[in-house]
Amino acid sequence: MAFEIGSGITIAAILGVVIVVAAMLIWVERRLLSLWQERLGPNRVGWFGLLQVVADMIKIFTKEDWIPPFADRFTFVLAPAIIMTVILLSFGVIPFAPNIGVIDSNLGVLFVLAMASLGAYSVMLAGLASDNKYALLGALRAAAQMISYEVFMGISLLGVVALAGSFNLREIVLSQAEGWYVIPQFIGFIIFLIAGIAESHRLPFDIPEAEQEICAGYHTEYSGMKFGMFFVGEYLGLVLISSLITVLFFGGWMGAAFLPPIVWFSIKAGGFIAFFILLRAAIPRPRYDQLMTYGWLFLLPVSLLNLLITGAIILSVQ
Amino acid sequence: MFRLINDTLTSQVVTLWKVFAHAFVKADTVEYPDQQPYMFPRWRGRIILSRDPDGEERCVACNLCAVACPVDCIALQKTEDEEGRWYPEFFRINFSRCIMCGFCEEACPTNAIQLTPDFEMAEYVRQDMVWEKEDLLINGTGKYHDYNFYRVAGKKIGGKDKGEGLNEAKPVDVRSLMP
Repeated sequence: MAFEIGSGITIAAILGVVIVVAAMLIWVERRLLSLWQERLGPNRVGWFGLLQVVADMIKIFTKEDWIPPFADRFTFVLAPAIIMTVILLSFGVIPFAPNIGVIDSNLGVLFVLAMASLGAYSVMLAGLASDNKYALLGALRAAAQMISYEVFMGISLLGVVALAGSFNLREIVLSQAEGWYVIPQFIGFIIFLIAGIAESHRLPFDIPEAEQEICAGYHTEYSGMKFGMFFVGEYLGLVLISSLITVLFFGGWMGAAFLPPIVWFSIKAGGFIAFFILLRAAIPRPRYDQLMTYGWLFLLPVSLLNLLITGAIILSVQ
Repeated sequence: MFRLINDTLTSQVVTLWKVFAHAFVKADTVEYPDQQPYMFPRWRGRIILSRDPDGEERCVACNLCAVACPVDCIALQKTEDEEGRWYPEFFRINFSRCIMCGFCEEACPTNAIQLTPDFEMAEYVRQDMVWEKEDLLINGTGKYHDYNFYRVAGKKIGGKDKGEGLNEAKPVDVRSLMP
């Protein structure tokens, strides 16, 4: 089977694999969390509980899909579609392997950042359309969180872009042949990691959901497959952020020749997915004003400083 | 600055490492239906009615268990056969109310009612939690293998007159006690 960039079969394969992986992450996350909490997790359905996802999907598809009478119907239905769409669109610019990818955009990094910003609309619209006080609180928090992390998320990537001299993600990968950018851009990597957690609304930054405080935040009123789309969308965001970190800082598909490039990519991205799940198991959630303070007063200056020093070094070397 | 780095970075890394280290600890989970727990012989579980070594019902329908029961889950009615033996006409335990306290077993004068180590008593229909005498009676002596109430008691039944019980003195004829 010959894959080439942008061919129909490649696009179909990427779409299918990404969605299946995101659904399987439901099982992976539960098993890993239980591993770190000294439990066993779901191990009953199928081999090691692998069919748990199928059972969950059957359940979620056959559930009553209820729209509250007080909700704004159009926006209510639109919101979960937005998050799935923008995250799946973001995968379009990710170079998975030398021959696997959808497009080679010269604006790859900017496209991903733009889509991430649009994803925040999904959360805010869901919270607004639900007409529920918890959902509204979740939407408010999502807005507060978005304006604080989007800024340093973009700036933290500029160091990598400056080193590679391109916004094209494929060229960023190719320019890492001599060394991964995680070493010269370690601070940028840490900042992007933190911003990535906030972007995908994962613990410790799942402030818009915060089950313990505001029940489920923006998706309190959602049920059935609309809730499922938020749920799978969150895991898609996790896969996306892990892929982005792999591409930008860890050399993408590059690795020793005894494994094919796509396997190297999967290993690296899978490692980051596991790391994100470990973060969820270990670190408690801050208040959202703490996240804003931390973002504006600490991470933004540090990322600007990082960009400044990177630029100075690049200029002095030339 | 050091304080800030310590608070924001070092403590988080330490936390992450300590949680990660739990991956190498054996899980606490007991996989229950596959892995049965050891049940102690004196465990207070499902209630049974035992029989004496001759295969007759031990229960004499004295109602002491029903009186002792703090949740009033035992109901029974006494009746008598032609030999003079007392036995319950019906004996009903509502296990949806039973709290497995074991007071009935302590109250029982004939060791008839006993608690066993069986705890798997879940039912789909609530009415199935009510057990009748046929469900409660077992074909055995339970914890006390040799005990037979009518053989040691002074009660007269068919085939056993007054004074014929185990360790029982002959009845005293009060009219023969002349000075």
